[in-house]
Amino acid sequence: MNTTFKGTSHLIKIITRGHRFQISAWLFGIVVVSIAVASSYQSVYQNDSDKQAFALTMQNPAMVAMLGPGYETEDYLITVGTQFAHEMLLFTVIAVAIMNILLIGSSTRTDEETGRIEVVRSLPIGRLSYLAASIIVIAIVNLLLTLVTGLGIFVLNIDGFTFESSILYGSILGSSGFVFGAITALFAQLSDTSRGTKGLTFGVLITSYLLRAVGDVGSEHLAFISPLGWTVRTGVFIDNNWWPIITLIIFSVILLVLTFYLNSIRDLDAGFLPNRIGKNHASSFIKTTFGLVYQLQKVKVIAWSIGIFTLGATFGAVMGDMEKYFTDNEFVQMILSQVGDFSITEQFLSMLIGIMSLISTIPVIMTILKLKSEENSNRTEHFYSRAVSRNSVLGSFTLLAIIESIIYLILLAFGLWMAATIMMEDSISFVTIVQSTLVHLPAMWVMIGITVFLIGNVPKGLNVIWIYYAFCYIVVYVGGMLKFPDWVMNLSIFEAIPKLPGEEVEVIAYVMLFVLSVIFLLVGFIGYNKRDIYG
Amino acid sequence: MSLVEVKGLTKKFGNFTALNSINMTIKEGEIYGFIGPNGAGKSTTIRILLGMLKATSGEVKIFGKDAWNDAVEIHKQIAYVPGDANLWPNLTGGEVIDIFLKMRGNGNKNKRNELIERFNLDPTKKCRAYSKGNRQKIALIAAFASEAKFYILDEPTSGLDPLMEKTFQQCVLEVKDEGKSVLLSSHILSEIEKLCEKISIIREGAIIETGTLNEMRHLTRTNLVVKSKQPLQSIENMKGIHNVVVQNGETSFQIDSEEMDAVIKYLSEYGILKLESTPPTLEDIFLRHYENSKPSVPSGGSNP
Repeated sequence: MNTTFKGTSHLIKIITRGHRFQISAWLFGIVVVSIAVASSYQSVYQNDSDKQAFALTMQNPAMVAMLGPGYETEDYLITVGTQFAHEMLLFTVIAVAIMNILLIGSSTRTDEETGRIEVVRSLPIGRLSYLAASIIVIAIVNLLLTLVTGLGIFVLNIDGFTFESSILYGSILGSSGFVFGAITALFAQLSDTSRGTKGLTFGVLITSYLLRAVGDVGSEHLAFISPLGWTVRTGVFIDNNWWPIITLIIFSVILLVLTFYLNSIRDLDAGFLPNRIGKNHASSFIKTTFGLVYQLQKVKVIAWSIGIFTLGATFGAVMGDMEKYFTDNEFVQMILSQVGDFSITEQFLSMLIGIMSLISTIPVIMTILKLKSEENSNRTEHFYSRAVSRNSVLGSFTLLAIIESIIYLILLAFGLWMAATIMMEDSISFVTIVQSTLVHLPAMWVMIGITVFLIGNVPKGLNVIWIYYAFCYIVVYVGGMLKFPDWVMNLSIFEAIPKLPGEEVEVIAYVMLFVLSVIFLLVGFIGYNKRDIYG
Repeated sequence: MSLVEVKGLTKKFGNFTALNSINMTIKEGEIYGFIGPNGAGKSTTIRILLGMLKATSGEVKIFGKDAWNDAVEIHKQIAYVPGDANLWPNLTGGEVIDIFLKMRGNGNKNKRNELIERFNLDPTKKCRAYSKGNRQKIALIAAFASEAKFYILDEPTSGLDPLMEKTFQQCVLEVKDEGKSVLLSSHILSEIEKLCEKISIIREGAIIETGTLNEMRHLTRTNLVVKSKQPLQSIENMKGIHNVVVQNGETSFQIDSEEMDAVIKYLSEYGILKLESTPPTLEDIFLRHYENSKPSVPSGGSNP
């Protein structure tokens, strides 16, 4: 009797139970935001000239690079579904992809690394059952997401949201996410750590995004290498092409067959990527507290540095096209050039920089959170059972986060400027760009401050920082469109940052932000010195 | 002079009392054993000694300084080995040992290399590749290569093979010869028996017994095996006699230490052919305390 998959159904229950909170939170978040945004579009774009203006905005190369190719101008007049899909689809897919990466990463390599799979394998359970169960769970999650989102936007009863279109929209989310789940499962076989698995898959996600960006603006065949390039080519709500969905699913199945094969021929706890021999002695740098704290996060810092630089360069590269697009287009000039003395290109620049600074805040917050995960793994006791003070440990993490914030924003500016200089006739000076990125520093420092405050005083409620971050992101991204009241908008610290180039810098607001971050930091340090350390 | 002075230490987590008025004194050059069932409060006590948890009330002094307020100063002279050394997966064993020594500030490089040799460790592997026993060796090497005055060892030998356990015991004895003190918390009672002069037993957050092994033995029963010319009669009715078993013409039983004299006199009347006496092991003592710890569990419906 073939017992390779014996016990899979039990394991499905166990894995679902273990991840039920994450799964519910992700599904709830993605579905609610999708439906809320979809329902708001009708009131935002009421007449044809609104829609036309939107179409022209969205067709500029920077927006294409960021969000995908979109539709023909006249399509935007047919249904608001086009606006919705163009603005929301790709970034929702990225959120779904991240959900897939984290869930699959955790139920494959993490469970193996922590020894849970070893225990399961010692029971009368098939060799491939655990992997099969993880895949089935994620497939069900993606299917649920597809159906709930699809039906959810269908019942809004908006013009053009036909049953087919709505379900197709949901299917794009589910199938694109599933591809990244499959890629994670594959890397979980190659790498022998969960860190490596997730790191490699996030690398693939970023690469796919950038390939698609360059491809969508320039040469289309580049976009076809990337799964995300297929994602944005359904023409949902207008053409309703199903081939990208079929391609995504076939591609996932191929990856999964390979995954199961590799899993069946490898030893438990082993990977296929080689491990190198390490050093006998520690360098004098990592023997310092700060050096060690940096060493623990080195890979992350380098990976994000490269990622942010590339992100900046990608948008910089399309600046040339953007400039040309604006000069050629009198209509766009008419609508958009009324604000101040700055060119439209520069206004777009400030919006892009705003979003990219928010993205650069993620690794900065992660740096501080690392201290808590070290405590959870009983590794801060190595500091505190020796002659190292709490101030010096928390201080090192904070200092690293601050240094990172500066480095990321400078790299972002440098990437933008370098590529823009090559591509644009009328180039923007490096000083202007670096100023517009660095103005975000105080907001990032407030985020650092809040995280340190939580670590010191509410260590169990640390995830609040991500909820607040998500809120700031939503405010920047769709706050204007959803017509949030001013006081809600102002709860986001990033709203206090002037949009450079263009707006004036308000010194008082700046000093306030700075004082706020210092207060959070101080209260955080005091709390951290007073509280129990559990590991 | 006492190195460690703990008086009336109480620690609460919310409503739960983890430690209830603990007292402990460790002298210079003393190896102090600390035993108790899982969850009794051993690690909590140690974390308070290390200034990681804050005592709810009571006084905790090491080298005459306050364990919470002067933690960093105290730790310059302390070496600690946790029961489950969780190390940074991306650093090698050698790197971790160096970092640990630097964090204290006074490591001995020759001693480090000598200990790596003695514990038979490959320091060039990444920590994630080490087995539990090998991770434990790293923590032990870092501890014994440091020039500390006081060693806190929390179940230090879990996962070590018997050969390495022997090396560990040698290291502890060497440290003692240098006049340093050790707090050894362990479940391996034979190890405690071999190394420790003074022992504390902790149960449900309270210390229920402290003393030398001899003192503890005095309070408990000795095992006797007797073979006599005439069969022993009604010995089970004597005061201080427990668990009588007759097998192959030999009678074995346990005897309360204070009744020893009377019982031996009584036995001699039967013409003793063979008399074997074994002192109670630490395990006997420990199990007796542990068994006594169950009154709160309702048994057989006798409780209301």
